[in-house]
Amino acid sequence: MAQKLGHLKESASQTAGPYVHIGLTPNFAEIGGVYPEDLGLVLRSDKARGEAITIRGRIYDGTGTVLKDALVEIWQADSDGLYNSPSEMRGSADPHFAGWARCPTDMATGEFVFKTVKPGRVPFPDGRMMAPHVSLWIVARGINIGLNTRMYFSDEAEANAEDPILTRLEHQNRVPTLIGQRNGDEVVFDIYLQGDNETVFFDI
Amino acid sequence: MDNRKPEAGTFFARDREWHPKAYTPGYKTSVVRSPQRALISFSNTLSEITGPVFGHNILGELDNDLIHNFARPGESAIGQRIIVHGRVLDERGRGVPNVLVEFWQANAGGRYRHKKEGYQAALDPNFGGCGRAITDEDGFYQFRTVKPGAYPWPNGVNDWRPAHIHFSIFGHGFAQRLITQMYFEGDPMIPLCPIVNTIKDPAAIDQLTAALDMDNTLPMDARAYKFDIVLRGRRSTMFENRKEGN
Repeated sequence: MAQKLGHLKESASQTAGPYVHIGLTPNFAEIGGVYPEDLGLVLRSDKARGEAITIRGRIYDGTGTVLKDALVEIWQADSDGLYNSPSEMRGSADPHFAGWARCPTDMATGEFVFKTVKPGRVPFPDGRMMAPHVSLWIVARGINIGLNTRMYFSDEAEANAEDPILTRLEHQNRVPTLIGQRNGDEVVFDIYLQGDNETVFFDI
Repeated sequence: MDNRKPEAGTFFARDREWHPKAYTPGYKTSVVRSPQRALISFSNTLSEITGPVFGHNILGELDNDLIHNFARPGESAIGQRIIVHGRVLDERGRGVPNVLVEFWQANAGGRYRHKKEGYQAALDPNFGGCGRAITDEDGFYQFRTVKPGAYPWPNGVNDWRPAHIHFSIFGHGFAQRLITQMYFEGDPMIPLCPIVNTIKDPAAIDQLTAALDMDNTLPMDARAYKFDIVLRGRRSTMFENRKEGN
């Protein structure tokens, strides 16, 4: 007999369900007066460094129907590539940029919108630089465990071509599912849960 | 904040056999909302190791009191008064301090306060159904609420959810982000539920079932349920996977 590791098991995930807004964005769910405002509405103040952009997108199920009851959270580095987190050991991130936000998909259109800044590059563990990217986490009724993906930028073709995550995908024809389409200050990133264009989801 | 140094190790791999699969046809909505291709696995980068941390200053006085945080002055929510308390731990058994825990639930009759909710059970004008807490330096959290009711939902013709409270938990890294549900010890509806049964291992379901805790019950006031939550652990060894000479 060897010593026991004594590790616990992670609590199993369960779906966020149809009423996730009650818990995470109660004001959006018309439950007023409990919190002054919903958490995660604002990523950047006017003083935030870097290029201001707006990310928009929709989430489609396997029939092509838009999800109107989902919730998306994003997490990204500031314009210098630093995370606003106690676990960031390389320096202090822009104090005017939160790095994290959440947005319920619109109940009529299914759209999610994030007003943010374009992130800087962050190193991969081996020192190579990753291309600018935004991490996304998607929960909804019918999704048993939150889905993790990343959005890269269409105007970063050179950086994308050397990104350690993108270049390791066996099926390079799936890389476009991870690229947000930049048009001026806007970046459009639609997410497909199934089908020919199924977005690449990660086990991180 | 406490004096411990922030941790920046990578996380233990997620046990995807322990968690529910994406595609679980007994829970019908999952059928067209489940990715069908294999997830792409990679070791954590800084993007997964780091995560947002929230200060206790975001909390209002009644944020962890669902009996009163939506009630009119001098009134309170209807239902069986309970205290839910426990710790947020990581897989190494360490309390996780300063993590935001958000919770939401139906009222005592099994009715949610939501425009898409159609169950005929009555709304309680004094119950909103949401609350939040931030763990202390040892990972403890607690809140006061009423025990939620069971309710029917459109899946099979006669499916009912057991009484449950939804939990959203942040860790210290974005890869620890978790949403789950808490069930109540002794509820005969638990094994009948298609959402519970998306989890295959009975031990994982037991882990989501809060124990009645008479020791922490407030006499003549509220019963207590103890519910610990476990987040992914961080690797504690500091040797990095780099080629020699780098």
